Amino acid sequence: MNTVTSTRPDAAETALAAGTVILDEFVEARGPWSAVVAAGDVLTIVDLEGNQAVDCLLYAAADTTVRYSAPATIAAQQSIVLTTGSVLRADTGAPLMTVVADEVGVHDTIGGACSQESNTLRYGQHTREQHACVENFLIEGSRWGLGKRDLVSNINWFMNVPVDPDGALGIVDGLSAPGKRVALRAEVDTLVLVSNCPQVNNPCNGFNPTPVRMIVTRPEAAL
Amino acid sequence: MTQTIETPTTGTATTAGARTHAREQHGKTVDTMRFVPAASAPQHLLAGMPDGASPTWAESLAFGRYTTMALARGTRIRLTDTAGDACVHTLLYRTGALHERLNLADTVKVPWQAYPATGHPLLSDAGRLMATIVADTSSRHDALTGATTLAGNTARYGAGTVHSASPAARELLTLGALKNGLGTRDVAPSLSLFKGVTVDPAGSITFTGSAGPGAAVELLLQMDAVLVLANTAHPLDARRDFTGSAVDITAWHAPQDLAELEAGRLAGPLSPEHLQALRNTEHDLTARDAR
Repeated sequence: MNTVTSTRPDAAETALAAGTVILDEFVEARGPWSAVVAAGDVLTIVDLEGNQAVDCLLYAAADTTVRYSAPATIAAQQSIVLTTGSVLRADTGAPLMTVVADEVGVHDTIGGACSQESNTLRYGQHTREQHACVENFLIEGSRWGLGKRDLVSNINWFMNVPVDPDGALGIVDGLSAPGKRVALRAEVDTLVLVSNCPQVNNPCNGFNPTPVRMIVTRPEAAL
Repeated sequence: MTQTIETPTTGTATTAGARTHAREQHGKTVDTMRFVPAASAPQHLLAGMPDGASPTWAESLAFGRYTTMALARGTRIRLTDTAGDACVHTLLYRTGALHERLNLADTVKVPWQAYPATGHPLLSDAGRLMATIVADTSSRHDALTGATTLAGNTARYGAGTVHSASPAARELLTLGALKNGLGTRDVAPSLSLFKGVTVDPAGSITFTGSAGPGAAVELLLQMDAVLVLANTAHPLDARRDFTGSAVDITAWHAPQDLAELEAGRLAGPLSPEHLQALRNTEHDLTARDAR
């Protein structure tokens, strides 16, 4: 995996949930990442340099056919906004993870992932060759036996997609900033599949893809 | 549902009797059924087709049921919410390459529009135009909140299995996918027709329900595609009882409409994104000599 272990700044202090640090990895700019977060553990995602979209899919580790559903999540909370309190649900309606802390206030789950193919529609045929999130999802997902059919509408942490009264929507300048964090508690053992978005044709990464940090903490009571 | 079980008029204790009984049922019609051949459908399903067109699919789909059809490029499909209380959960797959399917995130993001209506492209996950909404008198549709679930319908109505009186949309769509050799993993987020939602500036969703009786939507297929349709309750329908009505479906070949669409004479001028998606589809068809 394209990750680097680091202990600075202190992972336990950087995590939004107290507990023992059991994973601390950096995700390279433009790269994929994945890990299973055990039930009860909390994943803190750190937007190190600000306005870096983190495309994310979730699967029940025990049965990856039970996977994140943007529609089920939106329907249950009757809002398109993901923030503290949002329950991230599977197609079945069952909770996979819950947002337990959020320093931004708005994360997206309607804009989906960029792909080489959809880039041709949005920005022109010359962008087909550019690396994109679907490519990251596919190559990283393949390590877990996942394939194209397992990819569905995803979460975009730190990405801002407002919907105007007339239905117009779009990816606009982000509301995040260097060091802002969001934290997710696993409700079941959850495979978290991430693409650290490589997009350079819209403001989702501030036109400059940057690394993010992943910290998993386990509450002391669980040890 | 309108199916009824009739008492046999002949004995069914023998194979001959059972065969006679079975064959006596042929030729009957009910309110909700697929009419085969399509031209045998009642007038309310066939009305409104262009002069000279002949129907390729005519069906009235009961509330609580699903249907699936493989249709050719250039097919125009009209769905009519005759009684005003249908909710048609919709999935599309590319014929012969079923791994390519409707991608709802791209379908709202690429055209910069969350509310599907006339002129809206339905996009695949390969950046291609699968279909275009070429007519729409409803404008109450939902690309955001998806399908009802077994657990959700069980909690709300007491049951959600496909054999129950209140089948969940995801169960029905899964069945439709299975009928095409697909499985659970292939059931992606679905588009709901005839029951709408809106998003307020803070991101909250409001259910806007139906546009009323008689609303119709027409799709023009850009590629050979398999449709899976489930007509069942919307996840945000707050009514306590499982309530809805049949949807009337009519399809016919309209290959001439493809050129009209591209020229901007069918559903208005195409957006740059829509035109690029159309060209990606045409490029694929040309490459495979599949036009």
